[in-house]
Amino acid sequence: MSFDPAKVRRDFPLLAEAEVAGKRIHYLDNAATAQVPEVVIEAVATQDRRLRANVARGVYRLAEEATAAYEAAREEVAAYVGAQAGEIVFTANCTAAINVAALAFGQTLSAGDRVIVGELDHHSNIVPWQLLAERRGIALDWLPVTPEGAYDLARLGALAGSKTRLIALSHGSNVTGARLDVGAVVAAARRAGAKVLLDGAQIVPHGPIDLAKLGVDFYAFSGHKMFGPTGIGVLWGRREILESLPPAFGGGGMIGRVEKSGTSWAPPPARFEAGTPPVAQAVGLAAAANWIGELDHGAVARHLERLTERLIDGLQIIDRQRRVLRVVGPPPGHGRLPVVSFEVKGAHPHDICQMLAAENVCLRGGHHCAQPLMDALGLAGTTRASLAPYNDEDDVDALLEGLERAIGRLL
Amino acid sequence: MSEDLYQTTIVDFARAAHGAGKIENAHASATVDNPLCGDRVSVDLAFESGRISALAHRVRGCLLCQASASALATAALGANVEELRAGDAALTAMFKTGAPAPSGRFAAFGAFQPVTGHRSRHDCVRLPFAAALKAATGP
Repeated sequence: MSFDPAKVRRDFPLLAEAEVAGKRIHYLDNAATAQVPEVVIEAVATQDRRLRANVARGVYRLAEEATAAYEAAREEVAAYVGAQAGEIVFTANCTAAINVAALAFGQTLSAGDRVIVGELDHHSNIVPWQLLAERRGIALDWLPVTPEGAYDLARLGALAGSKTRLIALSHGSNVTGARLDVGAVVAAARRAGAKVLLDGAQIVPHGPIDLAKLGVDFYAFSGHKMFGPTGIGVLWGRREILESLPPAFGGGGMIGRVEKSGTSWAPPPARFEAGTPPVAQAVGLAAAANWIGELDHGAVARHLERLTERLIDGLQIIDRQRRVLRVVGPPPGHGRLPVVSFEVKGAHPHDICQMLAAENVCLRGGHHCAQPLMDALGLAGTTRASLAPYNDEDDVDALLEGLERAIGRLL
Repeated sequence: MSEDLYQTTIVDFARAAHGAGKIENAHASATVDNPLCGDRVSVDLAFESGRISALAHRVRGCLLCQASASALATAALGANVEELRAGDAALTAMFKTGAPAPSGRFAAFGAFQPVTGHRSRHDCVRLPFAAALKAATGP
């Protein structure tokens, strides 16, 4: 049986209720935040309604059940990414996860050490390293992008030298949809004796991954982009590396013993989870991982590839008539993510998005927290559509038809 | 609702691009960024007897921002810094509290009243004022 996005939409109250009311929402901003299915909403609500207590402390039944639910969530999220539960650190979001890595791993670096970052990256995988550079006196090397908006991996070998301690890149671009050739990065890192951290925020929504096989050392992602709650993210690190690192933050929950003379640390992952963690959000994230896990990933991938191709084809047809569009990113069929960014020459992305918003088409316009990429590609900003399994041809066509009208009015 | 935002008056202001360009030997200049969208407005000012005698701008921004800069290039002529500040305050109050549209020399900014309902776009209109005030008063 073919994949049915309408059936998927029925799992999402916000989309389903709008459709029933005859006000279909063409939600194409999934790279920013995906919609959330009923099972996740219910999991979060149930945790607060029936199992509300702090974790890892109380001895009463509620506290023990809350702790069990939180640790079960860790197990389920670990299974989704092919990791051990003890390697899963819950954080507030993907940005927080990368910052935890920068703060903890950063303490092992010293002046003269170097970190490779990418022009392609989201600010969340740039600014923490810039802050670290200021604190520790390390240097940053920038991996450039190709004109089509992918990492120029041919340049990586020359950048990764004996002083390189870490290569921090995006597994998939939130702007161009380009996927990283992880094997090439890991090989370059191993030659240089460096570690690899990937921002996987745009990858994990598209199905389970296997971190044990990927070969990287740290991996960060967020919950809200993978149909989970806001306020939850994950830093994964190889067990032996996490065990070797000092904590990023201090407080309750991350200690072995606190004495006036000093403090010892809890083992990972607790060492990196100072304070009360996002319990209900972790439970919701596990529910989201399970929801994704039940999809037919091959069918979803084919569906999203078809929609991406339809969108890019449609944009090219408009461009043949108007000569005002520039689509950035690799062509369809090159393993690109279902994220399509384009420039309308002479019209600002916010004006395009505003006009499309009036037609219930939800897009993102601007620099997408990727200003170095915009500078590298010579763009002030782009309009971006990002697809999820609940999207269908109607969503893509609503965008294309609305875009033609917007161009007609603005240019 | 976008019909209101892109009504003729606003579009006309943007297309007229009053004041677009530079002032050679400007008395004051400043650039401000909107960190949310990356838009940037640079303003040059010339003064005579404490009042703005010329305003020029370079806008890398949306149509609303372009229209606002264009409107300001005309409206600010003859204003002193306090009047410029009052115009910005009146525009902000219109957006934030639903106060009446700016009056007097800044009455043209009443055209931006439809933006009130679009909170994410308020700063698009305010950015040229912010640049002019930064130029006039320093960072």
